[in-house]
Amino acid sequence: MIKGDPLSRVLFVDLSLRRFWIEERQDLFEERLGGAGAAIELLQEECKRGVDPLGPRNPIVFAVGPLNGVFPLASKTVAMFKSPLTGNLGESHAGGRSAVAIRLAGYGAIVIKGASDTPVYLAIQDDRVNFRDASVLWGMQSSYTVGRVIRERESGGGIRTIMRIGGAGEKLVSYASVVTETYRHFGRLGLGAVFGSKKLKAVMIQGKRAVKVGDPKLCRETYRELYDAITESPAMKKYHDLGTPMNVNGLNELKALPTQNLKRAYFKAAHSISGEVFAEGFLGRRVACAHCPVACIHLAALRLPYEDEPYFYKTLMISYDYELIYALGSLLEVDSAEGVLRLVEAVETFGLDAMSSGVALAWATEAQERGLITEKETAGLKLRWSDFDTYIKAVELIVEQPNDFYRALARGVGYASSIYGGQDFALAFGGNEMSGYHTGPAAHIGHLTGARHSHLDGAGYSIDERAATSGKSPTAVEIADRLLEEERWRQILSSLVVCFFARGIYKPQVVAKALRVMGYELTSEDLMRKGAEILKSKHEYKASEGFDFSRLKLPRRILETPTPLGYLTEDLIKDGIRAYAGKIMLSQ
Amino acid sequence: MFACARRFGEAGLGKSAINVRSAGGIERGFIVVVCRACPDPPCAKVCPADALEPRSGGGVILSPRRCIGCQLCVDACTIQAILWDEEMNKPLICVHCGMCVDFCPYSVIKLETTEVGQS
Repeated sequence: MIKGDPLSRVLFVDLSLRRFWIEERQDLFEERLGGAGAAIELLQEECKRGVDPLGPRNPIVFAVGPLNGVFPLASKTVAMFKSPLTGNLGESHAGGRSAVAIRLAGYGAIVIKGASDTPVYLAIQDDRVNFRDASVLWGMQSSYTVGRVIRERESGGGIRTIMRIGGAGEKLVSYASVVTETYRHFGRLGLGAVFGSKKLKAVMIQGKRAVKVGDPKLCRETYRELYDAITESPAMKKYHDLGTPMNVNGLNELKALPTQNLKRAYFKAAHSISGEVFAEGFLGRRVACAHCPVACIHLAALRLPYEDEPYFYKTLMISYDYELIYALGSLLEVDSAEGVLRLVEAVETFGLDAMSSGVALAWATEAQERGLITEKETAGLKLRWSDFDTYIKAVELIVEQPNDFYRALARGVGYASSIYGGQDFALAFGGNEMSGYHTGPAAHIGHLTGARHSHLDGAGYSIDERAATSGKSPTAVEIADRLLEEERWRQILSSLVVCFFARGIYKPQVVAKALRVMGYELTSEDLMRKGAEILKSKHEYKASEGFDFSRLKLPRRILETPTPLGYLTEDLIKDGIRAYAGKIMLSQ
Repeated sequence: MFACARRFGEAGLGKSAINVRSAGGIERGFIVVVCRACPDPPCAKVCPADALEPRSGGGVILSPRRCIGCQLCVDACTIQAILWDEEMNKPLICVHCGMCVDFCPYSVIKLETTEVGQS
């Protein structure tokens, strides 16, 4: 890396002592680039074995990489922590302005330790950290309102990130998210609850430093190549046009769209919640993360009447994506775009992960249908497919947790089903709720083996989709190989930190060239090796926290509902897990 | 913003003379603030050191040697188009080179030459 690049600086903030200090870690960023690579090392150093995810000894690590603030679509920040949802590795990525702000405030990583005894928010301005009183903000349920207050109170419009939690984080819901720039999220695995456990309502970071590059001419040339590739690529255009919701119709036609808690993989009303319907009827604005020319963020304008007065309306701007439409739409059989948007609004306001919330509501609906739980547990609610008004009330109760049932549901479907039954149809993998792809074996093997149990780890759905198109089904071992190869490469992208949407542009040789601008001399092979090492570190952390591939459970439901590649067998999935685990062990 | 900074062979935003911010929350969209190349620029009028000279064709040219870093120009600009270079302690003045235009995929910003009096 370039000598003197502030990327090598790590800001430590101790909320218990209200102290902060900066450490120089060139070694770390030289060896591990940044982002996920640096964050897993910092987590290993700072998070002692067996700590309570909601205790003061669980650190929060935010990390960015050498390409942030330099090249387009290097727009993401990696958060790492111990997850209250899985009790193991917590990793979540977000864009907005978070990455540019951290990088240009002069840091490669920020580590937040300890816990405050009174509500606090952090205002980080270059080398200064202010611990601001958040007593007034505590109890504010809406993540939108928290953002608005801090936006008006702090300086730095245009060059800052405001990460905050809503009511769900305060109430320690295991899948509470951290919202940043209103529409982006550290969504998965419960970072919001870790914020809440520290009485940390928000973190504002601002900065606008210059970043020195090794070779300005090479920088301009590489930038131009990347920019042209991005703006001319049909792959990127699809994210801009309909955005990820274009998948609703596509996956439904394939019969891979999880519907009614995956009793089926086809939703007969899918067309009414399709990307086309959202775009034509509701799309109000498209925006982008800082330093991205794509603008994939789709905001729907939803006009709602006030109930008690005619001609009196409010118009909400609500962000939507495929995963939200799946989790809060098809999975619950909500069959109108307006219904989906109203449910999204509730989930966003409280700051919950949309996927986990949808899966939780779907499991609860089926559990009530089967009599495993009654209105006594649901506090009087009769959960019914498609009834979004009742689902909105259930979301409020998940946050409020008035009884044992909602306290259990607030810990995820894995935990709730261990108490109330229905594990066969509790759609969680390694403790994390399912994403919207019932495409075939690779999607589910990926959910089970991926380091963060996310569809984005190894993109199994893409392996399945290729198999469906070509008519050639890969073996379990081939699936494991492909998942692992993809997951290893993605460690590099998430160490730079480049948005996965640009994975088709940032190929190994392109990355090597971009890194040369930042003073790293690495070949494609070096990068592949580094990717494997970073993934290995994650699995070492997971093993030390008790993760065991042989104890992974799969919900029977995924075997009962056919995929586009036919019915899945337990043997195939277990073989896939064994093959993946074998390769990981070998590399250890 | 980033394209502007690259003019100087640097990345980041320290040298950017363009400001993009939300219009009071991202739900309201964004405001792009760039120098409008005023024919009679208020920033030049308030400079006590004559470091900002009106440029033919509009806008101003900075003489860094004369600039005393008082920031009066920043306050004088009605649309807040003058940003500050913290490193050099001087204003960041748009030179209307148009490099940013090449990196705006949605044609929000344009570089146009007009006769004085036209907009």
